Amino acid sequence: MQDVIDNLSRLIREAAKQKRPLCIRGGGTKDFYGGPVHSYKLNIGDYRGIVTYEPTELVITARAGTPLAEIEAALLEKGQMLAFEPPHFGEGSTLGGCVAAGLSGPRRAYAGALRDFVLGVRILDGKGDDLKFGGQVMKNVAGYDVSRLMAGALGTLGVLLEVSLKVLPLPVSETTLHLKCAEAEAIERMNQWAAQPLPITATAYRDGELGVRLSGARVAVDAAAKKIGGAPAAPAEAERFWSGVREQTDTFFSGGGRLWRLSVKSTTPPLALPGQQLIEWGGALRWLKSSSDVKTIRDAAARAGGHATLFRGGDKTLGVFHPLPPALMKLHRNLKQAFDPSGILNPGRLYPDL
Amino acid sequence: MTAVAAQIAVDLARQREVVAALEAFLPRTSILFDHEDVKPYECDGLTAYRQVPMVVALPQTEEQVCRILKTCHMLKVPVVARGAGTGLSGGALPLGNGVLLSLAKFKGILEIDGRARTARVQPGVRNLAISEAVAPLGLYYAPDPSSQSACSIGGNVAENSGGVHCLKYGLTVHNILRLRVATVEGDIVEIGDDALDAAGYDLLALLTGSEGMLAVILEVTVRLLPKPEYAQVVMAAFDDIEKAGQSVANVIASGIIPSGFEMMDQPATRAVEDYARAGYRTDVAAVLLCEIDGTHEEVADGIRRVQDMMDASGSVQTEVSRDEAQRLRFWAGRKAAFAAAGAISPDYYCMDGTIPRKRLGEVLRRIALLESKYGLRCANVFHAGDGNLHPIILYDANQPGELARTEAFGAEILEICLEVGGTITGEHGVGVEKINSMCVQFKPAELETFHRVKRAFDEHGLLNPGKAVPTLHRCAEYGRMHVHRGQDKFPDLPRY
Repeated sequence: MQDVIDNLSRLIREAAKQKRPLCIRGGGTKDFYGGPVHSYKLNIGDYRGIVTYEPTELVITARAGTPLAEIEAALLEKGQMLAFEPPHFGEGSTLGGCVAAGLSGPRRAYAGALRDFVLGVRILDGKGDDLKFGGQVMKNVAGYDVSRLMAGALGTLGVLLEVSLKVLPLPVSETTLHLKCAEAEAIERMNQWAAQPLPITATAYRDGELGVRLSGARVAVDAAAKKIGGAPAAPAEAERFWSGVREQTDTFFSGGGRLWRLSVKSTTPPLALPGQQLIEWGGALRWLKSSSDVKTIRDAAARAGGHATLFRGGDKTLGVFHPLPPALMKLHRNLKQAFDPSGILNPGRLYPDL
Repeated sequence: MTAVAAQIAVDLARQREVVAALEAFLPRTSILFDHEDVKPYECDGLTAYRQVPMVVALPQTEEQVCRILKTCHMLKVPVVARGAGTGLSGGALPLGNGVLLSLAKFKGILEIDGRARTARVQPGVRNLAISEAVAPLGLYYAPDPSSQSACSIGGNVAENSGGVHCLKYGLTVHNILRLRVATVEGDIVEIGDDALDAAGYDLLALLTGSEGMLAVILEVTVRLLPKPEYAQVVMAAFDDIEKAGQSVANVIASGIIPSGFEMMDQPATRAVEDYARAGYRTDVAAVLLCEIDGTHEEVADGIRRVQDMMDASGSVQTEVSRDEAQRLRFWAGRKAAFAAAGAISPDYYCMDGTIPRKRLGEVLRRIALLESKYGLRCANVFHAGDGNLHPIILYDANQPGELARTEAFGAEILEICLEVGGTITGEHGVGVEKINSMCVQFKPAELETFHRVKRAFDEHGLLNPGKAVPTLHRCAEYGRMHVHRGQDKFPDLPRY
């Protein structure tokens, strides 16, 4: 496998010399996400396979081109999982793409985000140097946390080669409940529940119905289900519902048009924006299908203590990610320069300047 | 730790210049520079290193912090930020030519949002004060370093502090949402936001654990968690360390994530028992504490399973905490481990490596061999759940050569941690203490990357310079004295 790295490194060095941009690509399932990169494709799909997996250490290390499905299957066999429940958005989804995109699924508000589970990375930086940061242990404060910096950087700071992730045991039992309620009430309830020691692992609200998933020891799930009320869903139906929310195959996401992702303070009241919404993460994530103008949506997200991303569709030249204040943008540019001085790694995928 | 450098004498002309510049906007009482006034700041929790700062600044407002930074930036004076000064790696060790920026006066809890489960606090607020303030809401702040009654949240962020509940509840980085920081130029930047993520790079993660080298923290927004309904601890005694280690692996493999999982070896339990009377067996090789929290039903179920697994792993005795008082007593012993070491030895030196759990038996055996090699005793406490090992080397600084032997012993322990696939520091930070060991953990190109990250925030290297990341020159010098397993890591570097 070292030959694959040597080859990638050589391609990066040549590109850096010629200042020729590279578009890093694994399975291509997230091509839709982020700004457009029109450049030579640097395929990492060949660098694949699980390097080590130690169930009793709760750590897996795999190469970036490893299909996410392969990793999840290996974990499932040992009764474990990626607790941040990453979306795949297609069959070929790879670990590298998953970490680069930094996206987490329904469990995020309750178990933590992808970045919370990143323990270490091996990358090629913009000079083609093979570097390792972090490690395979859960507590590690040696050096700056470059590993977590890679999560969600969309490949603009380095080409991910290997990633070590903390994994967690699968819950023994799970129940999904559906409750009918108005949007404001759903937001209020989700926040109230989150302040109590309840084993909630996912929440989603759309079309007047709130879905709540409980996971853990049977006794705890049963006790919490009584407290929360609502109608229990059949296991297959529940699985379909959460996978629909995670993979955006739910009917809410059907049809074209712009899909916005608004990450806001969880207690934000219903956002008075035209269009349809699906609420996740205990109120902290609002998916919005809307043709409202960009400024209106971004302002609403900012007022709600967060930010808005043009997740799918629309005119990307208006900017996909929420603009950063100048002082913060300056730090971003400096960091980009530190990792990729020739500016060849996925330029424009995150922000036009990076 | 390396041989303690002699203190740098303060340049009085430079001191007058800096004091005069600060007096333009700070009250006289907020500037200290007389030797007896600055002396209390000469070290943090790592007392083997001491250096009196040229000037201590004690601002009270954000604006004053920014002006101090602007002034120091203009005069090119290095700045070391300090919270409660409880750090164990010398991260807040002052510079003889620098300003020590104390954030001790920033003790305000600015906002508690019970509905959103967040608190916005100033950096000088004590870790435990946050949990105390939100306790009436049934909430708490999860990371609980053993110094939590004294350490400040700003320092916790700077070091990415952990505690005994990390396996289940994470480190500082997992429990904060937002930082308000001042850059080295004195500009204010908001990092993160009130949502669960923020646009752009994850600077929140990068700044957490950056040991005060990238920015000065002005405010921290922490996440609060609901207090678990109930918690109980199983104490298990083992006549064999390996068996104890295997029982930890068995519990984890069974799908249980304990809220706390701690191990102490016999020297540690003996020291603790004498000091704190926690009720540990002292005639066994190791004592394990395994805490399960959750609903009453969950805890009953989990405790029973853990107890069964301990028995099956060959535990010679298990005991479940009867009530809250006993649970706290079990923990009090563990939390007093460092103080107990202080009671049985004139000095002690606490290491902080992390190792893959499965290598524990081997690592402890090798540490025992080193005890005879260096003629020093070592007690071991282990965050068994997350692999964070704290060997406590007992020594007497008044005995000629003991400190140097201790340092060599410590460095060798860290190399063992690296060799088995771990890290030199799990939660205490690198600071000045472990800076040489960084040369062993990282390649020159990786250290260079750290330096470039530093320059991205601090072009002139004025924020806490000389900490956490060694220069390649320093590594070359260290490598010269200390060739790692027969390989020179820096064959291409010129030697001076």
